[in-house]
Amino acid sequence: MFDIIGKRFWYFLISGVVILTGIIALFVFGLKPAVEFSSGSLLTVSFEQKVNTEEVRQALANLGYGGAIIQHTGEGDFLLRLPELSGDAKGNLEAGLTASLGKLEVKGFDSVSPMIAAETTRNAAIAVIVSAIGMLLYISWAFHRMPNPFRWGICAIASLVHDILVVAGVFAILGGIFGWQVDLMFVTGMLTVIGYSVNDTIVIFDRIRENLLKGSGVDFEVVVNYSLVETMSRTLITGVGTLFVLIALLLFVGAPIQNLVVVLLVGILTGTYSSIGTAASLLVVWERGERGRFIHPARA
Amino acid sequence: MVFIWFKADLSSVEPGGEASAIEGVVAVLSNRINPLGVTEPVIQKQGSDRILVELPGLTITDKEKESLSRVAILEFGEEAAPEEEARWENELGRWKPATAIIDGEEKVLSSRYFKGNTYVDRDNLGRILLIFEWDEEGSKLSEEITGRLINKPLGIFEGDEPLRGDDGHPIAPIVRSQIVTRGQIEGLTLSDSTRLSKQLNAGRLPVPLEIIYDQTVSPILGSDFVDMSIKAGLIGIVLVMLFMIIYYRLSGFIASLALIYYGVLLLAIFKIFGVTLTLAGIGGFILSVGMAIDANVLIFERMKEELWGGRSLGAAIDAGFKRAWSAIWDSNITTILAGVILFWLGSSIAASAPVKGFALTLIIGVAVSMFTAVMVTRTFIRPFVGTKLAQRTSLFAPYQRKENV
Repeated sequence: MFDIIGKRFWYFLISGVVILTGIIALFVFGLKPAVEFSSGSLLTVSFEQKVNTEEVRQALANLGYGGAIIQHTGEGDFLLRLPELSGDAKGNLEAGLTASLGKLEVKGFDSVSPMIAAETTRNAAIAVIVSAIGMLLYISWAFHRMPNPFRWGICAIASLVHDILVVAGVFAILGGIFGWQVDLMFVTGMLTVIGYSVNDTIVIFDRIRENLLKGSGVDFEVVVNYSLVETMSRTLITGVGTLFVLIALLLFVGAPIQNLVVVLLVGILTGTYSSIGTAASLLVVWERGERGRFIHPARA
Repeated sequence: MVFIWFKADLSSVEPGGEASAIEGVVAVLSNRINPLGVTEPVIQKQGSDRILVELPGLTITDKEKESLSRVAILEFGEEAAPEEEARWENELGRWKPATAIIDGEEKVLSSRYFKGNTYVDRDNLGRILLIFEWDEEGSKLSEEITGRLINKPLGIFEGDEPLRGDDGHPIAPIVRSQIVTRGQIEGLTLSDSTRLSKQLNAGRLPVPLEIIYDQTVSPILGSDFVDMSIKAGLIGIVLVMLFMIIYYRLSGFIASLALIYYGVLLLAIFKIFGVTLTLAGIGGFILSVGMAIDANVLIFERMKEELWGGRSLGAAIDAGFKRAWSAIWDSNITTILAGVILFWLGSSIAASAPVKGFALTLIIGVAVSMFTAVMVTRTFIRPFVGTKLAQRTSLFAPYQRKENV
């Protein structure tokens, strides 16, 4: 039988290294906010003629938009991230691009003022925090027959924070290297990862609870390890199953939703890892203080 | 789809008058939007000082969008001296707003002093005229300004751009005599003059508006991505079904049937309740599919343990469903709870359509998956109990490896 809990400090070490790297990346590169969070305009255009990113960059620079971020999303399709444009400025930009690169069609336009950007950031953060508190309370209630129900909730949320940090760190690195920005698609992906991570952890906790209620006198650590091994194939199968859907999305849709898919890919990998490696281990570390003395007075 | 959020500047409104000012804004916006020929516009007051305008289709030009938020649609300008700051610059020169001092206050001549009774007419040469009439304050302003500008041009501007005539040149007539009560703008195209007349008659905004959020999504763009994502999602789900069938055999096949049933039911519910599947919604959908699969995996893993423990298929099914239930319930309820909180708080975010779309598809998806993954799978799998097939446990669970005995 696998001994996962016995090697818990290895798992903590690996998580620690990954998260530390991520945090360093967050400090060095930071997360680059997209227009939704920093104000500005997002223009999706489709050119009739064949043009490449460099030509679009040159044309934009000539029109005075040298700092624009350009993303090639499909055949003639480009996503342009620009400072906030008024209607007249947008009209002039379209005319300018048409003059230099041929006929184009504007497929989408987003313009966000700094006020709304700040509000969106704040409210999205509040929504995530409040839902985390909601989950914490529910888990604490669901495990109320356990000696310290609150700890179960805290450990599940800790594993969720772990996953958020890993994904944010990976994104900071991608932002540093490829200039990827944090947009609402990233946030959607994060929300999905949060849901997945908590779901994964709860299934394991549920099994631990069941095994604890079933037998008495067994060491907490042994029960946790046993429960982890029992649920291992389920954790892996569900993870692999979800990865199938994601890989299909990445292969067949690709660039337009790359942020969403990459967040989900990284999130599901780290979610699976943290459910097996760290969430239950954390519970053991925390419980051992009291329960260790209770069950093995000699060791205390 | 076009979404525009306006913020009204209520600083000049006397306390207590805010609500009626906003109501006035909504009324004027409707009057200004209706002549544009937009079908089914939504104009809503949100919060204390915001108005959301939602227009289906791409039926509004940038110019029209800008003009919605203007207090005055037309402004009049005079030539600026070289040392003066210019408000407008065009091929006819540099311009500043035409102002005069009335009752000790400097005021800009603009269409806010028009009576709302403009109309389009033609002169005897067939040229198009936009006829307007000044209100009391406008008459004084106009008298003063046109008196001062005799034999000089009077520029007419719409926002940052000069008003252009049918020949494409800026309209800036030379003032020949004082204008006191009625005036006319010559040289416009028929479509421009008709549009302007309607907008001018729509009334003036009681307070200035600012566009704080503006989103235009071409229906083609949105549906392209969503269609591709749905196709990709379907391919992914087929892969998952193959995987389940290979691993769990007959049970996996039954779970796949339940998954198909789930997909059809979910799409039907989306259709009935008019939920539009956006990209973010697809995120919620993927998660709910993952959870639907997870519920079946939980049940089958339990069944596997029971079957390996030597139980009969019937007993293993009962125990599997019963003992997997608490995990399914807890994880699904936690997810639904998070979804409800996101949906509720998401309503206060302007650019929140994705967050809400995600939350909504997640809530519906998880609720439906709890039903299909448990009830439907059980209904399909029970008939096998007592048949000859039930004797062959290897059909319902993976082969047992030796070292696990």
